[in-house]
Amino acid sequence: MKAVEPVVTSVIPADVAAPHFTGHSPRGRFRFRPEMILIPGVAVLLIGGWEAACRLLKISDFILPAPSGIAVALYQGFMSGQFVTGLFATMSAVVLGFLASAAVAFVLGTLISQIRLVEVTLFPYVVAIQTLPKIAIAPLILIWFGVGLESKVVIAATVSFFPMLVNTIVGLKSTPQDKIDLMRSLSASRWKIFWYVQLPEALPFIFAGLNIGIVLSVLGAIVAEFVGAKAGLGYLILQMNYNMDIAGMFAALVVLGIMGIVLNSAMTFARRRIVFWQSDQYTMS
Amino acid sequence: MSPLPATAETPDPASRRGQPKGADTIVCRELAKIYETRDGHNVLALASINLSIKDGEFLTVVGPSGCGKSTLLKVLGGLTEITRGEALLNGSPIVGPRRDIGVVFQSPTLLPWRTVLDNVMLPIHVLGLDRTEGEERARGLIEMVGLAGFEMKYPNELSGGMQQRVAISRALVHQPALLLMDEPFGALDALTREAMNTELQRIWMETRRTIFLITHSITEAVFLGDRVAVMTPRPGKLAEHIDVDLPRPRSLDIMTSPRFGELVTRIRGLLQTQGGLE
Repeated sequence: MKAVEPVVTSVIPADVAAPHFTGHSPRGRFRFRPEMILIPGVAVLLIGGWEAACRLLKISDFILPAPSGIAVALYQGFMSGQFVTGLFATMSAVVLGFLASAAVAFVLGTLISQIRLVEVTLFPYVVAIQTLPKIAIAPLILIWFGVGLESKVVIAATVSFFPMLVNTIVGLKSTPQDKIDLMRSLSASRWKIFWYVQLPEALPFIFAGLNIGIVLSVLGAIVAEFVGAKAGLGYLILQMNYNMDIAGMFAALVVLGIMGIVLNSAMTFARRRIVFWQSDQYTMS
Repeated sequence: MSPLPATAETPDPASRRGQPKGADTIVCRELAKIYETRDGHNVLALASINLSIKDGEFLTVVGPSGCGKSTLLKVLGGLTEITRGEALLNGSPIVGPRRDIGVVFQSPTLLPWRTVLDNVMLPIHVLGLDRTEGEERARGLIEMVGLAGFEMKYPNELSGGMQQRVAISRALVHQPALLLMDEPFGALDALTREAMNTELQRIWMETRRTIFLITHSITEAVFLGDRVAVMTPRPGKLAEHIDVDLPRPRSLDIMTSPRFGELVTRIRGLLQTQGGLE
């Protein structure tokens, strides 16, 4: 993805500040780029090759269904309503778990980064818990919260929590000393230093954490549905697996993939709006 | 610790000749600063600094890296504590950050999420000063540094020299009694740097603020300063003050004049004999 990168002007003599220079390239104007053909081209090639291989080699539908079969299964899944309800069940678990996790990570991360005593007290625990594979406690959470939305939300939140916490802490500690000194030279209070400098400086890091967090929330919700659930895309995939409905499994995976892309795009959109001064190349998306 | 070595400075700096008239903005007496390193050693960063800066004077401090120049600047800005002695600004001791000081750092340290105007307005916002009046002054300063029309641009749309001019405007917007500049042009290329020197002289002549400017360029120190303080390292102390009797406004051509050459040679000699240069 090409960033709308401002072009920095060359050296300008002090007395004559250039009145015009190349700023943002105009938005909205269409410009052809090779990837506009290449990206769909690769998709057509892959799917076409897949379809051809399945037909020519007569591969069994139980091993690898052809794309056309998957498309039919996708259509049927939506028509019967099971993908819609499944998508809704998984999506609500992902979004709720993610929001709760992000909120707690932000508050706790802020406390750890700002208050030394909190940092030294909690840090060993953060490290200890971080090394534990959170997915391993999913069966336990299921026992505590039962088969339903609650346990999915809790597992999605647990799995996505630490990257967001760590990014918040690192981001809030990343402010260059010069900028802190600048604020201190203006007799700024700690709150003002936080609000005027540290928080905005941390935003690119926080958003990188949110991007990882949303992906992990999806992972957490699916794992929760594998372990035990009555609805959701993960539940559907498992059920179709038992019924040897391989084309249906692929179709559910497509739905899951689209959900992931939508969530990730929403994050990227929010990041570009909020952290507008940061070009894309510095943050993962 | 060994006793502090005596400086070449006269004990009462105010009695020195050849200074502009007016009250002292800054007075430092026997100022010393000791840092404690992480492994518990004490490092003497500044040793018995005696210094006075007249109201409206342009003082430049020249010295090699690690001679304590930046520490002295931080002391004057109230950003670090004094171990011994005293530092006064307009007669009152500097014990912490003060509202009547403006600082310009080596890097522009602009906030990339704020427009040029909002960056210049930062002191007004942080100090809670009157915004209407502040904005009027900010716009005036932006115009003075030659950036009219760039008020709504963001810092990453500006060149390094332009960014540093925004930083200078920001340091002046709350009308500080003293402007502290820590190698403000050190990160710029030579041509921009010379242009910025001329620019800064003009700004100083228009605003008549007291300026304390740190540099490791001898020519920059002589070109800009009413007086050059030569600083030597380990421990950081002021070896000598040299009055620059070159007429103002100085153009870049003055660097080729014999008097300019004499002053530069003398300062370089001082730095060499005092162990300032290795």
